[in-house]
Amino acid sequence: MAALHLTTENFRKEVLEYEGTAMVDFWASWCGPCQMVGPIIEEIAEERTDVKICKVNVDEQPDIAGKYNVMSIPTIIVFKKGEPVTVSVGAKPKAELLALLS
Amino acid sequence: MKDVIIIGAGTAGLTAAIYALRAGKSVLVLEQGNYGGQIINTPKVENYPGIEQISGYEFASGLFRQAEKLGMEYRNEKVKDIRLDAADGDNGEALSSADVKAGGKIVETTEQSYHARALILATGAKNRPLGVEREAEYTGRGISYCATCDGMFFRGKKTAVVGGGNTALEDAAFLSNYCEKVYLIHRREEFRGEEKLVQELQKRENVEFLLNKTVQALEGNLTLEAVILRDKNSGEESRLEISGLFVAIGQMPENEVFADLIKLDDHGYILAGEDCRTNVEGIFAAGDCRSKTVRQLTTAAADGAVAALGASQV
Repeated sequence: MAALHLTTENFRKEVLEYEGTAMVDFWASWCGPCQMVGPIIEEIAEERTDVKICKVNVDEQPDIAGKYNVMSIPTIIVFKKGEPVTVSVGAKPKAELLALLS
Repeated sequence: MKDVIIIGAGTAGLTAAIYALRAGKSVLVLEQGNYGGQIINTPKVENYPGIEQISGYEFASGLFRQAEKLGMEYRNEKVKDIRLDAADGDNGEALSSADVKAGGKIVETTEQSYHARALILATGAKNRPLGVEREAEYTGRGISYCATCDGMFFRGKKTAVVGGGNTALEDAAFLSNYCEKVYLIHRREEFRGEEKLVQELQKRENVEFLLNKTVQALEGNLTLEAVILRDKNSGEESRLEISGLFVAIGQMPENEVFADLIKLDDHGYILAGEDCRTNVEGIFAAGDCRSKTVRQLTTAAADGAVAALGASQV
């Protein structure tokens, strides 16, 4: 499945009220390291159907980025049952991103 | 056995891969992070000959695709050690195979070992950290090493830049367009950067210079809230409330794993001349990891070509 794009409208339902694990990639179109991570996030979305893989465009959704103190992109936050449990800052290779889920 | 193993997939490493592949060699590229190197952080490259403008990401992914199409083997593994095959070593053990006769090099990664006839070290350089406690904890939580990447998160806030070179001056100018206030913290009285940039900053009302000061400590809860500064002359400490600290104190190499075998300069860069040859036959250094004066995209590419053509003759 392709990564789900989040907005202030669907964030509560898709992440905060979701009972499983969600991985959220905070990104922007002008950010090179984010472009590097983008295809990896899509690969993980295809492979890991047990996890909800989401993306937040920080330019379009500054409120969500602000709420989670995102001050550098890419930032990846893993949520479990709606709670942020792991935060990773910077462009990491696939193996390190997958390790965030274990 | 590979003909050439390249460590690092930035501009120098990937250019070396293209040249070695076109010379008909088998090439393995090892990279611990993502490919692309430092240029990934540059939104607009406007000084690469023949290309008016390109994003760092486009440039790097173009290089990667080009090398892939030529048959590059690419692995995401971290190198732990490099050494010479026994035949090349001091003890002169008996030659047991054709590979060893060729004077092989062994590259050991966190996953496995590889053999190659020639090695190209293209490990680049990384942003130099401040070296204060809790720095890693606040990275992405108020500390940044890239003003153009993260500046927008500090719109209307108070920030500081640490450094005295052109990058620090340019970062301060960039941030002053968005931030309420920008402090420029520098450990000396004089800036290393261009006088024109200094004058430009002096004209900006929301920029203040804090000279002869160093960052001693970081404070905050979830995010950075203040830094403790120390005056070099008086020794006095002061607290400065800021939400963002941009570190621009230069680059540093990452060549420690090669230090047993390869001669480094006082700053940790690999000693090799314009021919990219290190003190060990068959091992080359290319790009920012090499001891040199100019570190540009063009010089990284140039080193890649020189090292690959040298390595292809090994």
